[in-house]
Amino acid sequence: MSNTTGMFVLSARILHWLMAVLILAMLFIGIGMVASVSERHEWLIHIHKPLGIAILILAVLRLAIRLRNPAPPLPADLPWLQKLAAHASHWLLYGLMIAMPLIGWAMLSAGGYPVMLSDSLRLPPIFPTNAIAFAILRQLHTVLAMLLFLTFLAHMAAALYHGLIRRDGVLSSMTHRRKP
Amino acid sequence: MSDSPSSLFRMTPKRQAGAFLLIAAIVAAFALLFGYVGGWLAPHRLTPKRIVNQFQKNAGVFPGYRRNHAKGVCVSGYFEGNGNAVPYSMAQVFTRSRTPVVGRFAIPGSNPYAPDGSVPIRSLALRFTQADGQQWRTGMNAMPVFPVSTPQAFYAQLKATQPDPATGKPDPSKVAAFFAAHPEAAAFRAWAKTAKPSASFATESYHSINAFIFINAAGQRQAVRWVMAPVATDASHDIHKAGDPNYLAADLSQRLANGPLRWHLMVTLANPGDPTNDATRTWPADRRSIDAGTLVIDHTTPQESGPCRDINYDPTVLPDGIEISDDPLLPARSAAYAASYLRRTSEEAHLPGTTQTPTKPAPEATP
Ligand code: HEM
Ligand code: HEM
Repeated sequence: MSNTTGMFVLSARILHWLMAVLILAMLFIGIGMVASVSERHEWLIHIHKPLGIAILILAVLRLAIRLRNPAPPLPADLPWLQKLAAHASHWLLYGLMIAMPLIGWAMLSAGGYPVMLSDSLRLPPIFPTNAIAFAILRQLHTVLAMLLFLTFLAHMAAALYHGLIRRDGVLSSMTHRRKP
Repeated sequence: MSDSPSSLFRMTPKRQAGAFLLIAAIVAAFALLFGYVGGWLAPHRLTPKRIVNQFQKNAGVFPGYRRNHAKGVCVSGYFEGNGNAVPYSMAQVFTRSRTPVVGRFAIPGSNPYAPDGSVPIRSLALRFTQADGQQWRTGMNAMPVFPVSTPQAFYAQLKATQPDPATGKPDPSKVAAFFAAHPEAAAFRAWAKTAKPSASFATESYHSINAFIFINAAGQRQAVRWVMAPVATDASHDIHKAGDPNYLAADLSQRLANGPLRWHLMVTLANPGDPTNDATRTWPADRRSIDAGTLVIDHTTPQESGPCRDINYDPTVLPDGIEISDDPLLPARSAAYAASYLRRTSEEAHLPGTTQTPTKPAPEATP
């Protein structure tokens, strides 16, 4: 099965843009809340946890759609190094959007915290209580968030390069059908 | 032209350079915004890290220990709810039931080897684990009010009391300047003048100080504060022998050897209009108070090996039925405790970049 439309399927495109906004928001919410001592810290963390779990669910759905519907091929004349970078960064993004919420959930479990998504909705722990594991997971949550942000910057720059400079249909495969 | 797969050559070099610049500018804008929101490019914003750094500047770093209330002991037991608070809060802990508790008695200050008599304040932190898996965590101090009402003022106080390297003591002129600028500290200072270090953890009353909101099953909200009021009242206990800097832990073990210790959880109900955002002021003495149940402590272990070591007593970890008030100290405590917890657990895990040797030596054990 190969993709001959030159486009991502509609569900994939909707999920892409929805999740782009959500994940970017999560990165800013995350670094903003740990750098604040005001009430902002409280309401941001109350958004951070449920939104993070929502991203986990969407990411699993998205990966399933992606595995069933192949992506349109990259332009044939794209240098192999750029192709490799494109494929590697896409799988890195999928990996991080699934790993980040799982690590967030696991680190709260390891820290012995109740994983509360609202005043009353509590998720079960997915990791035994262990302070050393907490420290490692909590630091990993930061390091991978920085990696996610850098990957996002590279991804956005590459998309704009395809859209503004190469104008080769790569950007529009995720937006709209190009006028013939 | 649209059949051409690549259009690199469709642009003039000038337009192409313009497009590259535009892309670079968009990337830079995101990076700068990230740096600002994350505090790296906002050096004047008070952040949890800066508060915790100031604790370390004042007292040194003792790897693995809390950055404040560093000296303490673990305790455990249970809370027996009596149902009296159920009309105000739907939290399971207040029903007629037993809820297991892991707690910690401590003294304020960042040095885990400080002598017990060096401060007149004792603290009690508790984690209640309800049958439904929700938790209530609280950190209480044995004093009626806090010296300041905002995190900014708390930070200013930490800075003002930083020891002068020349004398090893805070600079009195800086301390005086701080109190002159913070008249709200008057109530605390009046209390501190008469306060003496107690000989026992068991005889102290531990105050929530910050206000919280109880929510009942009908959704009604009630502002509250609470005190753990001791059943034991005998102040003099001869274990308090001169020269033992750790008399509190010794006294506690001795008392527990004779049986459990008890406190009544006294919940004060605010009247409408009582301020909930000012920890420097108590509410009028005529406010109604209810006895919500009994805390029973029956076991103690050293904090280095006890179950309280790896608990962050973040006062914003609350069960359904209790919420934080608009007191600005509460979010600041949550944020700073998390920063302290991350540092001490990272030190426990020996992660790279963490301090592994104390910046001040532990005192020799006195025989
Ligand atoms: C796409 C998903 C997620 C992203 C992008 C994300 C991102 C971040 C970022 C950037 C930080 C700040 C790290 C730092 O500067 O140290 C953070 C902190 C945090 N995140 Fe997440 N996160 C995600 C999911 C989750 C989930 C699902 C949970 C929990 C259920 C969670 C819980 C936390 C907690 C508790 C903190 C630290 C708060 C503190 O230490 O005060 N995160 N996150
Ligand atoms: C903005 C103001 C405050 C700051 C920045 C602050 C900071 C801290 C820090 C960093 C810790 C160590 C946390 C850990 O590593 O687990 C701590 C512990 C503690 N604080 Fe505060 N604190 C503040 C206000 C208060 C108030 C108002 C109270 C009184 C009710 C209080 C009571 C306690 C207690 C009882 C502990 C010890 C908890 C334990 O035994 O683990 N603090 N504080």
